[in-house]
Amino acid sequence: MTASSHRRLLAVHTALVYLFLYAPIAVLVVFSFNAARQTATWDGFTLDWYRSVLADDALLHSARNSLLVAALTTVAAVLLGTPAALGLARHEFRGKRATQALLYLPVIIPEVVLGAALVTFFGAVELRLSLWTVVLAHVVFSVSYVAIVVRARFAGLDPSLEEAARDLGAGPFETFRRVTLPLAAPGILASALLVFTLSIDDYVITSFVAGVGATTLPLHIYSLLKVGVTPEVNAVSTLLLAGTVVLIVLAQRLLRGSAAPGDPQ
Amino acid sequence: MPDAPSHKRAAYPLLLPTWLVLGLFFLVPLALMLAVSFARRGTYGGIEPIADLGEYLRSGAFLANYARSIAGIYLRIGWRSLWMAVLTSLLCLIVSFPIAYYLALLAPRRWKALLLGLVVVPFWTSFLIRTYAWMFILRTEGLLNLVLVGSGVLRHPVELLYTQTAVMIGLVYGELPFMILPLYASLEKLDRSLLEAAADLGAGRTGSFWRITVPLSLPGIAAGIVLVFIPSLGQFVVSDLLGGARSMLLGNLIQNQFAVARNQPFGSAVAFELMAAVLILLLGYAAFARRRGAEDLV
Repeated sequence: MTASSHRRLLAVHTALVYLFLYAPIAVLVVFSFNAARQTATWDGFTLDWYRSVLADDALLHSARNSLLVAALTTVAAVLLGTPAALGLARHEFRGKRATQALLYLPVIIPEVVLGAALVTFFGAVELRLSLWTVVLAHVVFSVSYVAIVVRARFAGLDPSLEEAARDLGAGPFETFRRVTLPLAAPGILASALLVFTLSIDDYVITSFVAGVGATTLPLHIYSLLKVGVTPEVNAVSTLLLAGTVVLIVLAQRLLRGSAAPGDPQ
Repeated sequence: MPDAPSHKRAAYPLLLPTWLVLGLFFLVPLALMLAVSFARRGTYGGIEPIADLGEYLRSGAFLANYARSIAGIYLRIGWRSLWMAVLTSLLCLIVSFPIAYYLALLAPRRWKALLLGLVVVPFWTSFLIRTYAWMFILRTEGLLNLVLVGSGVLRHPVELLYTQTAVMIGLVYGELPFMILPLYASLEKLDRSLLEAAADLGAGRTGSFWRITVPLSLPGIAAGIVLVFIPSLGQFVVSDLLGGARSMLLGNLIQNQFAVARNQPFGSAVAFELMAAVLILLLGYAAFARRRGAEDLV
């Protein structure tokens, strides 16, 4: 085989993989506008399913719950994770490796294990399951993401900028507030967007720790799925996908567009 | 850093809140679950109080949940999960290597960021919805059957959903980005002059692929396998939505014990076995990474 036919074959394979990744999502989005209720045949364009989604009180309630949980989770995770990231990026200390392992574990162990452990814990300390237990559970895995993403950002900062600030007479707190923090801000914001997305999408862990009446959007969607495939599910899925994809693209831009000041892009 | 010693204590206040939160809401829950896994289920769910702890330990009753988990149907579920995770990892590797290679070494420069972004987006979007998309496609009245019957390939629609094949498709689909990204990171770092040198010295394409490209991308392969294998092993959503009665995996068994069967001690024991399997894999990966260099897992 010649080099160019080789190259073409790989390009075709790549195109097929993209088709595999995106065709199912495209199908779901397209059929959320399909007038036919039962079949997969195209029966004309409609916005009816979006109308019925926006008129579904239970669904709207679950969406509000999800937004609330995601917002609280994001704030808590950023407030906890950013200082941790700074500590890991700037300091050598005893227990650093153990701390890193502790941060990676909640992200990497299977979600069912984390969900099961947390519901056991909440039961033992007699904490009634509610939206608050959902927030606590989400904070556990979100802190890790913030710490990991922001740490990379802090590590990528040019230390000479902070040294310059100190040489010009800024104290450590002022240096942090006026130099380090603004430079790291895009990374912090990106991690916040990612964590917000993860929280709003989470099903497995939430299903273990959500109390009665604390239904989140993924829990509600799941209960609909178990009953059957309906065009309304396509519509609400499309809305959720659209919302989260915007956040993700924004986060990726922040992470890439601001790699490090003076860094050639 | 020359002033490192003075920094030593400065890190503690920064990390203290995170230590507290992860200690209280991650380590303590895991320890508690380990303890519960040695207990016995009460008549109405919950845990049966142990009257005589010495006798309980001597009789070996505390291991009953673990003994039960490696016998009969539960053992079969364990093997099935392991097999599905191995198969998912292999299929993901086979599908991902060519695309990662193309993205890292051949793709036109101006398209690269976009193409890579298109792999990253599914990585972060709702796993639930991406799995649901396959329900929509595979069900008997779904799009695939419609196309197959319409084009005359099939005479009647066939049941594609609720099968082992559907679970396999869902697993590969869901985990694929986790394999592509670390492979890409590894191949991206590949020094092209090595391939040119091999060609100059008369190595064929196949020879230099197996003797240079593959060995140098081993860190990416290892990271990808770990990242695909672990979530597949603990999978819950894909097997629940796309699988049938015979597709139950460890994740479903654990969820079922907590939510339906109300046998928390048994569910805890299975969860701990799953956790142990994952930790063994991670320790193996860490040992490999120390010798060979590694890609970051997260």
